Amino acid sequence: MRLVGCLLLLSGFVLSVVALVLLASLGQRFAFVGAGLGVEVLGVALLTRANTAIAKEQGR
Amino acid sequence: MTPVLCLFSIMLMPLAAAGLALIHQGLGRSRSAAHAMLATLCALGISAIVFVLFGFSWAGFAGGAAHSFTAGGVHWDWLGAAPFFPNGLSIDPSDPAGLTKSLTLCLEMLAAGLAATVPLSGGSDRWRLAPICLASAVLAGFIFPLFAHWVWGAGWLAQLSANFGIPGFVDPGGAAVIQVVGGLMAVSVVWIIGPRRGKFAEDGMPLAIPGHNIVQVLFGCLLALVGWIGLDSAASILFYGAGPQQVVWIVINAMLSASAGCLAAIVVTRARYRKPDASIAANGWIAGLVAGSAACAFVSPVAAIDIGLVAGLLITYMIEIAELRLRADDPGGAVSVHAGAGLWGLLAVGLFGHFSDGNRAGHMLAQLIGVAALLGFMLPLIYGANLLLNRIVPYRVDGDGDWQGMDIRELGAGAYPEFVVHADEFVPR
Repeated sequence: MRLVGCLLLLSGFVLSVVALVLLASLGQRFAFVGAGLGVEVLGVALLTRANTAIAKEQGR
Repeated sequence: MTPVLCLFSIMLMPLAAAGLALIHQGLGRSRSAAHAMLATLCALGISAIVFVLFGFSWAGFAGGAAHSFTAGGVHWDWLGAAPFFPNGLSIDPSDPAGLTKSLTLCLEMLAAGLAATVPLSGGSDRWRLAPICLASAVLAGFIFPLFAHWVWGAGWLAQLSANFGIPGFVDPGGAAVIQVVGGLMAVSVVWIIGPRRGKFAEDGMPLAIPGHNIVQVLFGCLLALVGWIGLDSAASILFYGAGPQQVVWIVINAMLSASAGCLAAIVVTRARYRKPDASIAANGWIAGLVAGSAACAFVSPVAAIDIGLVAGLLITYMIEIAELRLRADDPGGAVSVHAGAGLWGLLAVGLFGHFSDGNRAGHMLAQLIGVAALLGFMLPLIYGANLLLNRIVPYRVDGDGDWQGMDIRELGAGAYPEFVVHADEFVPR
């Protein structure tokens, strides 16, 4: 789950950067960078869940 | 550039680290107070040495050598390429390149140390000294220089204008380079070492482990204000060409955003808990400074107040959500204050900033891309590096050390030897 979280974070970053390279209009760039940030938020949520579960397993 | 004013401002920066040190040791337990202060000194010392010897080579400076590649028809400047062990330093005003390099080295050396002190707050009471030193070295040697180059060393984030026709990402007070990078380091540490023993009951409810010296915490806020004024001013002069008149506004904005953050936290805690909470008010003060530093050179005083108010409100709820919902034990609130308020400040630049080009939408997009780079690239890098370091030198103190306290366990003596040692009040044996 932690690996998937990290991959989601990287995917969001790549989406944002590729939007800059491939798209020219400001509106389209906003949309794709926003989508990239959305993917990153999912990645953060997944990482948080994974680490919370690990802490619970270890009885802390 | 006004080198004397810049150098004077840089000389105030260590007070920011002193303030953070007092805050995080005051919010921790008395049995770990000496350890917390020693950890701060170690983090500052090691990061200074590593940054000067190696890190500055990768951080680079505007106009210096850099590693770059071409992809998608775009020139990506991603890492500095100056030689290790800096040379060619100069304080001669007739040598502007040497002067810029010298001042950049001086500022970034202290900035790397400040970034290294941020995660100490998240790992308070359970993060061992040896891994703290190792993590500080990695942060100052590679992680901080990488992002510092992107933003302050004419890297790809600073060059969005030349490559993509939108304004460059701006960070005149180090909200991204120092605070968010340090805050992401704190997130990783909090995740990896887990909560303190006894922080959460069997049913998952968090128990209060109050800080041991709130007076030091509040004094730390005052010291941090002076340090932040120096940091905001120095970075704005050096990287964004702020003149003496602009520095006056930077000082006013720093004070206003800190005050607004503190007052917002006081009002919210008074409304919710009937009495203001001093530790959350202190966190509100620092959150105001952090968020305000992102936009200090580009906003009006009214906007600085707005930014501080939102930062103060934000961290009050973030600290609660982190404990209640996410089961994260962050004794000093480093994640909320530095990462949370820092990210808000970066977005606030796009919302409130006054720029000569009038391209507000472009600036907002640039700031969003900076935030995407922090979360999408820096967070996995920092988290991965910490996981690896934790394998090499385990971060967390053993079970006995957890209740015994870091002072006795790691240093062999307590911070307050004349105090009577009470039976453990918070941790079930």
